[in-house]
Amino acid sequence: MNAPLFKFGLFGDNVGLIFAFVIGIAFGFALERAGFGNVRKLTAQFYFTDLAVFKVMFTAIVTAMTGLFYLAWIGFVDLSQVYLTDTYIVPQAVGGLLLGVGFVVGGYCPGTSCVAVSTGKIDAVVFLVGIVAGIFAFGEMFPLLESFYNATPMGRITLPELLHVPYGVVVFLVILMAVGGFAGATWVEKTMAAKKGGQTA
Amino acid sequence: MHADAQSLAADAGQGHESHAAARTPQPYVHPYLAGFGLGLVLLASFVIMGRGLGASGAFSSVIAGGIDAVAPAHAQGNAFYGEYLGDGSRSPLMDWLVFEVLGVFVGGFLSGLLAGRFKKEIGRGPAITSGKRLVLAFIGGGILGFGSKLARGCMSGQALTGGALLNVGSWAAMMCIFAGAYAVAYFVRRQWQ
Repeated sequence: MNAPLFKFGLFGDNVGLIFAFVIGIAFGFALERAGFGNVRKLTAQFYFTDLAVFKVMFTAIVTAMTGLFYLAWIGFVDLSQVYLTDTYIVPQAVGGLLLGVGFVVGGYCPGTSCVAVSTGKIDAVVFLVGIVAGIFAFGEMFPLLESFYNATPMGRITLPELLHVPYGVVVFLVILMAVGGFAGATWVEKTMAAKKGGQTA
Repeated sequence: MHADAQSLAADAGQGHESHAAARTPQPYVHPYLAGFGLGLVLLASFVIMGRGLGASGAFSSVIAGGIDAVAPAHAQGNAFYGEYLGDGSRSPLMDWLVFEVLGVFVGGFLSGLLAGRFKKEIGRGPAITSGKRLVLAFIGGGILGFGSKLARGCMSGQALTGGALLNVGSWAAMMCIFAGAYAVAYFVRRQWQ
């Protein structure tokens, strides 16, 4: 058991910040390569014409989830040392709905808007200013929101713990769901493309 | 190359608005390959640091730090800002997510530059004016910023990172992100289609 490296004291906070910067570069690079600096490619997800958002996201989830599962299984990574946010189910569900609305109205999510800003998109700059305004409004209203923010606490809990099934079983089910989703997404894209082609012809 | 709006919409995967003067942008990487790369970055983050990726938290740190600089009593009296300010022994900007997001800007810029995709423009569909697009960008950003705090993270911190960790709250947030977006997509379709 010797990872996460930081948690096992291989380096301190300041070296951690250097890793943060380097990992961030790779993160931004991957997002831009996927086309996620392009607002119309991102929002096409919600009009069924291009489901790359779903495909990229779930390929990434499956890759990291499966990799982490095996690294924990062979005893290299201590899963209990990987940071997990506590669950507050109702405020997180409401927050998720607002995130979705903001995504399709504004066109980006926070990470992709950074990539769009760095490739010259003016609307992404305005979107970022909007994010700052939204977080500021949340902060100023926090005394009013605090009880809802902390409502329905469930602690640090994973799907395997909630469902009382082994971790590997949930990993396998998520992989199955993703593969089924990819096939469905490709079928939807083809159907939409055929429909569009029919209109112009 | 893309003569009309129809073919532009259909070709969203092929990059956009080729200009005679500018270099033709490279096509985007295939979604599965890009997703695999993104997944490896996330896995590296788990193994090296014991935590995943994020974005909205960095903005919260910057805002908390900014308010603390202008009105320290106000910031320190607020439990939300206090979470990002800590005990005051270290600047809120010396934070993992702040440095990670700085990297995201650099990585996005490098990728865009190498692929010939850096272009100063307003991203929008053909049926909306630039002014309206910018107003909606601000409103959308505001709703999303507010929501990201209730959800305790955004698409990177909850959907992607928490999704890969099988975190219950993250999966709930992720499902609700898709639900919220699909529910209002019809009303803003003229902005994109």
